[in-house]
Amino acid sequence: MAKNKQSSNELFSVRTVVAIGIGTAIIFILKRWVSIPTGFPNTNIDTSYGFLGFMSVLFGPVAGFIMGFLGHALNDFTQYGTPWWTWVFTTGLVGGVIGLFWKRLDVSKGDFGKKKLIGYNVVSGLTNLIAWAAIAPTLDVLVYSEPANKVYIQGLISAVSNIISGAVIGSILLAAYAASRTRSGSLKKED
Amino acid sequence: MSKPAIIFDHVTYQYDSQAEPTLHDINLTINQGEKVLIIGPSGSGKSTLGNLINGLIPHAIPGKITGQVTVMGQDVENSSLFDLSLHVGTVLQDPDSQFVGLTAAEDIAFAMENDATPQAEMKTRVRQWATTLGIKDQLGQSPQALSGGQKQRTAMAGVLVDEGDVLLFDEPLAALDPATGKQSIELIDDLHRRLGITVVIIEHRLEEVLAQPVDRVIVMQDGRIIANETPEALLKTPLLREIGLREPLYLEALDLAGIDFNDTTGITSVNTIEAPNLKQKLSDWLTGEPAHQKPAGLKPLLAIKDLTFGYPKGPKLFDHFDLTINRGDMLALVGENGVGKTTLSQLITGFVKPDAGTMTFAGADLATQSVKERADQIGYIMQDPNQMISKIKIFDEVALGLTLRGVDEATIKAKVEDALKICGLYPFRNWPISALSFGQKKRVTIASILTLSPQLLILDEPTAGQDWRHYTAMMRFLEKLNRDSGITMLLITHDMHLMLEYATRTVVLGHSGILLDAEPAKVLTEPAIIKQARLAETSLYTLAKRMDMDPFAFTAAVIAHERQERHV
Amino acid sequence: MSNLFGFDGGDTWLHHLSGATKMLAFVGISIIAMASYDLRFTAAIMVMSLILFYQAKIKWSQVSLVVKIITAFSLLNLITVYLFSPEYGVQLYGTRHLLFGSGYLTVTSEQLFYELNLLSKYIVTVPLALIFLITTNPSEFAASLNKIHLSYKVSYSVALALRYIPDIQNVYHQISLSQQARGYELSKKAKFSQRLKGSAQILMPLIFSSLDRIDTVSQAMELRRFGRKKHRTWYMDHPFAWQDWLTLAGTAAIILIGAWLFKVNGGRFYNPFR
Ligand SMILES: Nc1ncnc2c1ncn2[C@@H]1O[C@H](COP(=O)(O)OP(=O)(O)OP(=O)(O)O)[C@@H](O)[C@H]1O
Ligand SMILES: Nc1ncnc2c1ncn2[C@@H]1O[C@H](COP(=O)(O)OP(=O)(O)OP(=O)(O)O)[C@@H](O)[C@H]1O
Ligand SMILES: [Mg+2]
Ligand SMILES: [Mg+2]
Repeated sequence: MAKNKQSSNELFSVRTVVAIGIGTAIIFILKRWVSIPTGFPNTNIDTSYGFLGFMSVLFGPVAGFIMGFLGHALNDFTQYGTPWWTWVFTTGLVGGVIGLFWKRLDVSKGDFGKKKLIGYNVVSGLTNLIAWAAIAPTLDVLVYSEPANKVYIQGLISAVSNIISGAVIGSILLAAYAASRTRSGSLKKED
Repeated sequence: MSKPAIIFDHVTYQYDSQAEPTLHDINLTINQGEKVLIIGPSGSGKSTLGNLINGLIPHAIPGKITGQVTVMGQDVENSSLFDLSLHVGTVLQDPDSQFVGLTAAEDIAFAMENDATPQAEMKTRVRQWATTLGIKDQLGQSPQALSGGQKQRTAMAGVLVDEGDVLLFDEPLAALDPATGKQSIELIDDLHRRLGITVVIIEHRLEEVLAQPVDRVIVMQDGRIIANETPEALLKTPLLREIGLREPLYLEALDLAGIDFNDTTGITSVNTIEAPNLKQKLSDWLTGEPAHQKPAGLKPLLAIKDLTFGYPKGPKLFDHFDLTINRGDMLALVGENGVGKTTLSQLITGFVKPDAGTMTFAGADLATQSVKERADQIGYIMQDPNQMISKIKIFDEVALGLTLRGVDEATIKAKVEDALKICGLYPFRNWPISALSFGQKKRVTIASILTLSPQLLILDEPTAGQDWRHYTAMMRFLEKLNRDSGITMLLITHDMHLMLEYATRTVVLGHSGILLDAEPAKVLTEPAIIKQARLAETSLYTLAKRMDMDPFAFTAAVIAHERQERHV
Repeated sequence: MSNLFGFDGGDTWLHHLSGATKMLAFVGISIIAMASYDLRFTAAIMVMSLILFYQAKIKWSQVSLVVKIITAFSLLNLITVYLFSPEYGVQLYGTRHLLFGSGYLTVTSEQLFYELNLLSKYIVTVPLALIFLITTNPSEFAASLNKIHLSYKVSYSVALALRYIPDIQNVYHQISLSQQARGYELSKKAKFSQRLKGSAQILMPLIFSSLDRIDTVSQAMELRRFGRKKHRTWYMDHPFAWQDWLTLAGTAAIILIGAWLFKVNGGRFYNPFR
């Protein structure tokens, strides 16, 4: 019998390295080109948060943190000339925290039932809420000394839109991924 | 001398997702310093076998192994990929997936970087191998800006730099132009002899590989080894033909002339083959064959005028380029790696925009049409199947075009199933595409365009990586489409015989425009062009020359014969 | 766009600096500029970065677009800050010099000064960022990260990210083209809503093909022994030269000055009103 030596369960395998690289690239591109207007002025549903949640569940906390941090930093850097460090860090945190639950939410065997669906949405929802409504704006006040009411409102709007992105897009991706996993022993030639 | 390098001991392997094993009870020993060729129909398990040698199976691709694989004394299942990779260098089949570096140079240096080789040494070795393989000028280019053939050479260089004990090539020739293919095979042979390494080549292009000596040929079918013999012994049996693989062309001619292969000597090369009364029999046969005339299109369908294009920062690929494709043409576009064949097809389909010039299709100016509008009339099958595939399941992928056109479901089902049958994929229709072999993937993309019945069909290397049976089935179908429905075809190919056998017109593309635009067989009578465009003469041609016959007439006769046989 | 970094192989001393040096300098200066609310300090940094910008021989056309975006973004943010807290400056500086206006929307010198400080923060490092983007070879950058003792696996992830951004953009483009070639109209001829739906359709195959790619690329990397040793060398590595050390020393000096100003000002804020 073959031992399953697939390295996907290690925290920092070669596969994680590649996942970080490619994941970061996709986050960057999603942030840059693919945002859905919410209808509120100046707010977008940033699709990258759904993707980040998805990737963190697949590849774990280390990958989640680095991907979020790097993707956000690169985007800010090339778009605005200055990474907004507080938010960059918070994005990393979101990926990292969701990633902590990767073992529990494991979908690689193709099962993403009601329990995991709810589990993922609770984790992603709470993480995004705390991160954007509390952590990011507080850091902004402390570090950048911006007016509190402005940053907390910004934070709240981002929290709402990122929770939606995380929930909707993350769940769709996880479900699609689980469905694409072929169950073992299922492929047969048919006439 | 003959210490074993690779041993398969009753190995059966089943991919996790499969219901049945892909390899059955494989027993095989390859000795150190041997050079072995593995052939077999597409999907017969060649790449799977290769991945058992380099350890990707089971270390990266999960599945169930019984039996034992030993490589250079190490049990594959119980040693790490790293340890194995010190012994086995692999050039993977799928050229795109193996690039990791930002530039070709870094990609070639990758293994050395991981071995912590000093930088100066890396630089010399990269330069040296890039020069040997003719990609010195591409070293600074990013991998996605390389042509198909250049990619393959970069991949080869990346493995050759670290001189392992065993070199494994999975279809090294598939994307190379004939002259480069010949060089690569010579290069591999040279390495083999100079360094005494063990070489395993997986390849459909049997004749090209046999141009240099091979110790043994292993034939696979349906996951089993059905022959394991010297090339001489194998070629004398009818086995290849029986399982749908192509024999060397010159043997086909001999067969037509009624020569028994068992009477021959030196069967592995057109330059050495001898048989009693060989010359006599061949020329007797030739006089018995009627001359053949091919039809040609007349009314222009696509007119390209004054086309000028170069990639940003790159040289001009087309400079005031003119070409007219006529309705009903079966046109073969040939030319050296990187000359711009793929680029031309992307200009026609609107994937890239020309810097200047006009293209008129069926009287309408293409410049005003979107990619989608062009696609309603022009079907395009890309060189790299991975760039076309966007669905998970095979059926959905092939149905995509019809679904987007709002065709009703019953029609979709019927058309898709037809296309799948033509391409030999019907039994797999409900599989995910990721579980297919490379050749099967390519056929999926062909099937997905066949359902659309366009006026012009552009096929970029349709037969690369295909076995003869599937190749013939597909080409016959295309020919039938061309003959019966008048669909015009543009075939981009490196396969000279494909060109001779199926095309009605050949355009040879060179760096400064069209080198020749004529009937296919004419190409062979122009040694200067063959050399300039890095083509090769077929072995039929060589054979005829050796026998002092008119090579042109001889080639034409053999092909005419094959055609006739097909049409009855 | 085949190169995210817009890297343009020029030949100034800034081009020859190691990527890590430039990154450390950038991060160091951007953090101290972020912390400091001393306009004299940020203005000085601004002047310095403009001089460097000039020395890097960057053409205006290379950066005009990004500068416009940044300007728009900064203005928007300044206006938002004003609308939310028109008297925030007063609160921070503890004095009130009313210029005009009454009720909620007042304009005070303190607010203007505060917003000027904010503006300087938004833009002070922009020239440095642009210099970094245009003079840094991405491969050399990854190598240099490793040299400043970031683990080589993380450094390599950065290299891969840089390598795959253009690649995935390309794949996105290819998938989009091949969808169009199957009959999906996504060009300007389609309705906006259809194009939007179309781009969403491309995301799925993009993401899933990328997942496959993660597998094949990591296999290819393992076949060539990535991760086997504790160290690796880099083809594009570039030794540290005295210019690098000098730049780092300069950066350290700037940070020290910034920190010293904290002490002089008795906090982060320089207050000209008192
Ligand atoms: N990752 C996989 N998961 C499940 N099945 C697979 C996988 N890879 C290959 N197969 C199946 O195993 C069989 C053999 O595939 P393999 O790639 O070894 O063929 P091959 O002989 O190399 O063909 P080709 O000449 O087309 O490359 C195929 O039928 C394929 O469907
Ligand atoms: N996206 C791109 N950006 C820049 N240069 C490119 C790009 N694609 C191809 N090239 C360059 O353009 C030239 C022509 O490439 P093309 O792919 O058209 O060649 P080809 O004739 O199809 O070759 P092959 O037979 O190897 O497939 C090559 O030198 C290649 O390096
Ligand atoms: Mg194969
Ligand atoms: Mg090509």
